[in-house]
Amino acid sequence: MLLNQFLILGAVLFAVGVYGVLARKNGVMVLMSIELMLNAVNINLVVFGVQHGVVSGQVFALFVIAVAAAEVGVGLAIVLLLYRNRTSIDVEDFDLMRG
Amino acid sequence: MWMLENAFVIPLIPAISFVVILFFGKRYIGADRVHIVGITALGLVWVLSAVAAFQWTQRVENPPPDAIVQVQHHGDDHGDDHGDDHGDDHGDDHGDDHGDDHGDDHGDDHGAGSGHAGDGHGGGHSSPLIRPVISTFSDWWSNAGVNFAVGTFVDGQTVLLLIVVASISLLVHIYSTEYVKGDRRYVHYYAFLSLFTAAMLFFVMAQNIIQLIVGWELVGVCSFALIGHWWEEKPNTDAALKAFLTNRVGDVGLLVGMIVLWGTFKTFDIDVINTMISTNPGAHHLALLVAACCLMAAVASKSGQFPLHTWLPDAMAGPTPVSALIHAATMVVAGVYMIARLYPVFYEGFSIGTSSINLMAFIGGFTALIGAGLAFAQWDIKKVLAYSTVSQLGYMVMALGVGAWTAAIFHLFTHAFFKACLFLGAGSVSHAAHHTFDMRKMGGLRKDMPHTYRTFVISSLALAGIFPFAGFWSKDEILLGSLVGQQNGYPLMLIFGCAVALMTAAYMTRVIWYTFHGEFRGHGHPHESPKVMTVPLWILAGMAVLAGAFNLPGPVLEPIGLEGLAHRIQTYAEPSVYLNGLGLSHPDPSLTMALVGLALALSGILITYLYYWRRIGLHGLTERNRYARRGYTILENKYYLDHLYNDVIVETVKRPVAKWANRFNQNVIDRTVNTAGETARDVGRWVYKWIDQGAIDGSVNAAARGADSSGEGLRSIQSGKVQNYGQLLFGAAAVLAIVFVIVV
Repeated sequence: MLLNQFLILGAVLFAVGVYGVLARKNGVMVLMSIELMLNAVNINLVVFGVQHGVVSGQVFALFVIAVAAAEVGVGLAIVLLLYRNRTSIDVEDFDLMRG
Repeated sequence: MWMLENAFVIPLIPAISFVVILFFGKRYIGADRVHIVGITALGLVWVLSAVAAFQWTQRVENPPPDAIVQVQHHGDDHGDDHGDDHGDDHGDDHGDDHGDDHGDDHGDDHGAGSGHAGDGHGGGHSSPLIRPVISTFSDWWSNAGVNFAVGTFVDGQTVLLLIVVASISLLVHIYSTEYVKGDRRYVHYYAFLSLFTAAMLFFVMAQNIIQLIVGWELVGVCSFALIGHWWEEKPNTDAALKAFLTNRVGDVGLLVGMIVLWGTFKTFDIDVINTMISTNPGAHHLALLVAACCLMAAVASKSGQFPLHTWLPDAMAGPTPVSALIHAATMVVAGVYMIARLYPVFYEGFSIGTSSINLMAFIGGFTALIGAGLAFAQWDIKKVLAYSTVSQLGYMVMALGVGAWTAAIFHLFTHAFFKACLFLGAGSVSHAAHHTFDMRKMGGLRKDMPHTYRTFVISSLALAGIFPFAGFWSKDEILLGSLVGQQNGYPLMLIFGCAVALMTAAYMTRVIWYTFHGEFRGHGHPHESPKVMTVPLWILAGMAVLAGAFNLPGPVLEPIGLEGLAHRIQTYAEPSVYLNGLGLSHPDPSLTMALVGLALALSGILITYLYYWRRIGLHGLTERNRYARRGYTILENKYYLDHLYNDVIVETVKRPVAKWANRFNQNVIDRTVNTAGETARDVGRWVYKWIDQGAIDGSVNAAARGADSSGEGLRSIQSGKVQNYGQLLFGAAAVLAIVFVIVV
């Protein structure tokens, strides 16, 4: 079983996602990076499920996919409204809460 | 005998009436109808007093076994010579068995059904030794083994005063409904009349000397309140204060005297004190002398004796019915009553039985004389009557001073009626003649005011001592008492008494001339007072005629076969249970003395009559003769006594006291206060500077500043950019993960 390889893949995917979330300026790209982080988790869930011979890991991955779909729906709607109001989806431009 | 044992009910009724009138009168009864409460209460009191008096006479006539003094038999050693004993072995042989001898003698006689002891004394009228009815209700409080009891002490003297106070108070209540009608303090007036009555009734039935003091002060307070009834005018307030302060001077004497009595006998009980003295006369002479002198000061203030009489004429500032009730008939006799109640103290203290002059007799006689003298120089009808009261009170004190106990109490009894009548008559005159008391604005009122005139003349004749009016009988007894005395006569007192008899008749005739005869000198049309005022006048005038009948001497009654009614006051009122132990004797009635007294009074009237009606006499003497004028000036200025008190005594005492007090105030009290203030200010300043500003404010400010600067520092983190927050979040998570890895 190539457990370590799958875990490394998940970690790399997660790191790529974190980088995308922290460094990309485009709001849509940030949302896509979040999807990367979620899918990295999904890989971990599935791999551990296979490893232990239970289906709950895969079931949990399906839940995460469903929730992620809903989440990205809401996120894209926010991005769409941001664009309508400010004609920009650059997250650097949105700092109304600055102290 | 229920009433005698429960006599406390009698003062309780007017006391309740006082509370009801004062607290509920205005709201629930109506300000103009409160007199109904007072008159009802006084009517009840009068009835109960009459019942008490009747029961007392029953007790004397048919004494129950426990009422007679129980004695031991000593064989045939009868004390029928106790007068001589007192004279010969005074201070020598007054042991217990001596007192028992007297009791033995009288007890036996009474048991045999004889009213006469036949002990060779004077008229030989001896009363059975009836004990007073003493009810002790409770031990009020006790301290250091001394019990202070509350109770009533009822004997003949008490019931006599009950009748006098109740009668005159009732009549004054009725009279006042018209006299003070519409007064702004009508409720207050009636409330204090009730309180006064309650206090006086309480006083006369005091069981111990503490109660005497309480009653004494209570009547003083009522007197103060009623003299100052119209306090809007300064002279009235001054008069009230003068009365109160003068009485305070005497009250010091009262307290000291009572303390001396307590120190000597270790009891407050009047009965015990009197019994101890009368069964053992001669003991404690010095202590009794001191006590008697101190109590004499109290008598001088309350009963208007020289030299503290000056408040009494000023007390006429009060409403006239009050003057009649308090300052003529009842309260001012409190002093006389107190002497009579504690007579053994005075009798032994002043050695009345053996001396021929003593302090009490002299003060009384002298007061009678100067009071009568002052009555000539007054134009205010009430002040004439006030000085007359001073003079008559002097008579009573003089009578007590010469040992004529019964004469004094008899005179108290008769004087109360005719002097109340005179005062109410003066009030009636003033009521009719536009509220003036100045005799120069009266005159000729006899036609307009026939009832007032007649009652006034009757009472004046009684006061002057004209046969057969009440004053004649009592005055005659006093003169006789001075003449005979006890062991020795009191010649100086007799001279005083005779002079006063003449002067009394003369000044009363002068008053009648100026008020009722001649031409009317005032304004407007005088009119007779309404019935509600004249009826009390007639009742009192009736008593002024009849009151003498209560103590007629035997020889007067023998021809008409009523000698059994002779000396009723002596029989019923005299506390012979104490006085017999002292060896008090009664003089034989003397026709000569009576005729001399009558002749003096008649000549007084005659001289004045000739002077005013017939214009004969030394008219204009005061204008022509330097000495006469000077004498008149002295009288007008009341012997300069007020000047002496106010300008000399008060000033000399007041100045240094005030100066010293001021210095003390400035140097000691003020300095202490200032130092304390300055210290407090310095401490406050230090606390402000170091504690408040430094510690408390400093820490609060520091906390605020810390919060401020930390907020400034943290502010940069709050960039508002989501990605910065994300960086922090992941950075922190990474750090925590590293720490977790390292630690675990």
